[in-house]
Amino acid sequence: MGLFVAQLLTGLANAAALFLVASGLSLIFGVTRIVNFAHGSLYMLGAYVGLTLMNHLPGHFGFWGSIVLSGLIVGLIGVAIEICVLRPVYRAPELFQLVATFGVILVIQDLALMIWGAEDQLGPRAPGLKSIVRILGEPVPQYDLALIAITPFILFGLWWFITKTRTGILVRAATQDREMVGALGVNQSWLFTGVFFLGSALAGLGGAIQLPKGGADLLMDLNIISSVFVVVVVGGMGSIPGAFIAAVLISVLNVFGVAYLPQSTLVLMYVVMAVVLMVKPYGLLGREEKAGEHGQVGEIERPIRPAGTVGRSLVGLLLVALFCVPLFASTFTQVLITDIVIFCLFAASLQFILSSGGLVSFGHAVFFGGGAYVSALLVTYSDTPMEVAFLLAPLGAGLLALGIGWFCIRLSGVYFAMLTLAFSQLVWSLVFQWGSVTGGDDGLVNIWPSEWLSGTTAYYYFTLALGTGGILVLRHIIHSPFGYTLRATRDSARQAEATGIDVKRVQWMAFAFAGAMAGLAGGLFVFSKGSIFPNELEIAKSFDALIVVFLGGVKTLSGGVVGGVFMESVKDWLTRLEYWRLILGLLIIAVVIIAPDGIVGSLRKLGEKTGLLKEQESMQ
Amino acid sequence: MKQVKTLLAAAALAVIGSSVHAADTIKIGEINHYKRLAAFAEPYKKGIELALSEINGSGGVLGKELEFIFRDDQGKPGEAVKIAEELMTRDGAVMLTGTILSNVGLAISSFAAEKGYIYLAAEPLADALVWKSGNPYTFRLRASTYVQAAMLAEEAAKTDAIRYATIAPNYAYGTAAVEAFKVNLKKLKPEVEFVTEQWPALFKIDAGSEVQAIESAKPDAIYNVTFGPDLAKFVREGTTRGVFEGRKVYGLLTGEPEYLEPLKDEAPEGWFVTGYPWYSFTSGPEKEFVDAYIAEFPDETPKIGSLVGYMTAKSIAALIDKAGSTETAALLDAFKDLKVETPMGEITYRSLDHQSTMGAYVGTTTLKDGKGVMVDWSYKDPAPYMPSDDEIKAMRPAD
Repeated sequence: MGLFVAQLLTGLANAAALFLVASGLSLIFGVTRIVNFAHGSLYMLGAYVGLTLMNHLPGHFGFWGSIVLSGLIVGLIGVAIEICVLRPVYRAPELFQLVATFGVILVIQDLALMIWGAEDQLGPRAPGLKSIVRILGEPVPQYDLALIAITPFILFGLWWFITKTRTGILVRAATQDREMVGALGVNQSWLFTGVFFLGSALAGLGGAIQLPKGGADLLMDLNIISSVFVVVVVGGMGSIPGAFIAAVLISVLNVFGVAYLPQSTLVLMYVVMAVVLMVKPYGLLGREEKAGEHGQVGEIERPIRPAGTVGRSLVGLLLVALFCVPLFASTFTQVLITDIVIFCLFAASLQFILSSGGLVSFGHAVFFGGGAYVSALLVTYSDTPMEVAFLLAPLGAGLLALGIGWFCIRLSGVYFAMLTLAFSQLVWSLVFQWGSVTGGDDGLVNIWPSEWLSGTTAYYYFTLALGTGGILVLRHIIHSPFGYTLRATRDSARQAEATGIDVKRVQWMAFAFAGAMAGLAGGLFVFSKGSIFPNELEIAKSFDALIVVFLGGVKTLSGGVVGGVFMESVKDWLTRLEYWRLILGLLIIAVVIIAPDGIVGSLRKLGEKTGLLKEQESMQ
Repeated sequence: MKQVKTLLAAAALAVIGSSVHAADTIKIGEINHYKRLAAFAEPYKKGIELALSEINGSGGVLGKELEFIFRDDQGKPGEAVKIAEELMTRDGAVMLTGTILSNVGLAISSFAAEKGYIYLAAEPLADALVWKSGNPYTFRLRASTYVQAAMLAEEAAKTDAIRYATIAPNYAYGTAAVEAFKVNLKKLKPEVEFVTEQWPALFKIDAGSEVQAIESAKPDAIYNVTFGPDLAKFVREGTTRGVFEGRKVYGLLTGEPEYLEPLKDEAPEGWFVTGYPWYSFTSGPEKEFVDAYIAEFPDETPKIGSLVGYMTAKSIAALIDKAGSTETAALLDAFKDLKVETPMGEITYRSLDHQSTMGAYVGTTTLKDGKGVMVDWSYKDPAPYMPSDDEIKAMRPAD
């Protein structure tokens, strides 16, 4: 009994920081509809700022004062981010802002390294709360009890602010219907900035308040972000009490997971999220999503048509140029282009469901890595010839996508995205943990192509043929009747249904097909690198693809490919520099601000404005 | 149609910068996670820089300057493989070295064998690098997970503790470290039992509940593999809740300055650990290295990474000197039983499994002047802790 209570208390204490960070994210999403990836970075800043302040301010007052102050400072940093980075892109397509927040992550990572150095920093203990209290014979740290006591006050404060104050009412109104609030004469941009301040301050507070239980290090931004997203989604996006319940639920389950199922630490959270979303598609206390339900946010997408003669001949020319590369370029150039083509195919497969299908997947890497692992496992355990193993990569990934898709397509919007994320994490943790078969983190090595493909140039041609072939097939399908059907389901599910289209089935097939193409890219990848590791199915990999699709232009056909080429080339060049993350982050932010329709979308508009492109030509 | 322009641009980008090979230096390709794991990679890089200034100060190798090209792989194996190709084919590197993460090390190793490049794995600890996935082109400097765990197991077997708890990060390194400790301890003392195994996710430890779970199993002793921020949280919760009281704790890598220093005056006392007690050297080459390092970087104290970086560069210089050439065949031949003078004494790259005989320091932690340090330490040669030669031969794929 004593142990049970002690575990419960530990779980409740852990929930404190998680709740603070998650409620901030939930608020920001609820009002601004921005999926703020950089929220973990604000949490990290809160920890570093708090630590610095605590080193200068002594005593009780110094300690608690530092926590409050770091909340305020991080809130102001959030305001700066909102005004400089996000305000210019509010009009962009839905979710486009996440690319900007990704840039912010990179910038903050390098700045934190510059300011606070690389070494991990241990947080100071809370004065007067350094020891333990015995509850039913079990030791419970005093600070844990303090955290348990503080959290309800913050929850109550937020609840009071949201339900009882005028600002709170406006925030709630904006959560439900932004445009109506604007129409009633409320200055939306200041409302957004205010919410961003509050959300960021909560993240900073969360970072500072966890200091006595840990400290500050440079990896904490990305380490917390996935659990925060899980809490927000399980609680229901935009719901503060939901975030609280979910934070407590996740933390307490985690604690008991540690006690009774120690191996579960990686996966438990995602199992909970998957189960909750399947039972309650909008989270525990969330409302049905309004935005994006009928039509799209922002500018209407134009009709598409196949490339004209000029376009086709240019693509042909490019292919000829790529074909000739081995004649004059070094082997490294071939390796680099091989990498780029593989990544572009991966990005194009995501763009297929994202742009044409309107299905935003946050877990697309699971099919890329899944395909690669299918090949690698076959080669490792049954000495399958490379050709067969390679063919089975897209097939295996397609089957996986059929399975995962069956669950996911029941949801839509951000909840669909989160369920794909949950499933990809489930597969990831399976691969990561099942060391005896998959090699765990040490992966599978020595997966090389057959003799006839083993040269760099041979493999280059192989990748070029299948990679560009795959991209062209994807493009072709968008122009086929199936592609039009898919676009119909995206633009208006109800009307599509009324014309006799089985919406869910079409979406399911598209999802599976995109998965298979990602698997093809994965198959190409594994034989070009000779090894495969779980990081190819990580969240980060999924986001890499997501970001290039948005960066290239989500409302275009070639955005994924163009964004992929841009990102891979820029990264290859920038990582040679000392502060490449800072530069890359700033570059991404700059591109986002200059080209809010993505690179292709904005170039197209520029072309039309200057008269270089005719309307008809630009419809590609 | 827009595809076209940008793909062309990419092709152009790719062609740019086919750098000119300078013939007056010997280049080594060094790949690491400089940003992702800055806390470990920075001291490592400084160690290399110190060694390079010494080597080049006394005439370089084969009459040429030795140069390292440092490249960041973002901690991604696929990226590292691409960079490896670039270093070897475009930048004119004669061999590859680097990496801290085992998975990146394994990726480069497999690639090196396929392409016939030489790779000296400096820091990755995975046993597979030289044993199960060993290959003719890969060599490794540091004492592996298995060896360091065996050193701790030997000490643990001397006590009368029977019930053990283990806590290790939930990934390949953690599982290997626990497995090696169990195997070696059971061999020495068959009656031990492992009453609980805790597997926190790497850098996401839920320290309070881990400590409670260990406490409720009532072990006699604890084997710790957590490191970095996980270790700090584990130590703090464990100390607060008194889980270490009256228990022996064995900590893999816990004594390394990278992990012990951030704990400051909360560093645990009485743990038996592997580490690097640079502060208590009094004479000999170990002390000379420490002095030289502090003279070169006055704001820094040496970390284990500094030592590894230094020894990596020294090994490579010795290798090229012995080979008398930078041709791969000559280098491979010279690597056979290559002997290198290092701050830890002379080490040998065994031709048996391409593993160097760099050992490890073991000792007990204590607090001195508000800092965690190792006392009663000794330097252990790795050879007695390795599996037998026949076992290793059986593990290694035919060379």
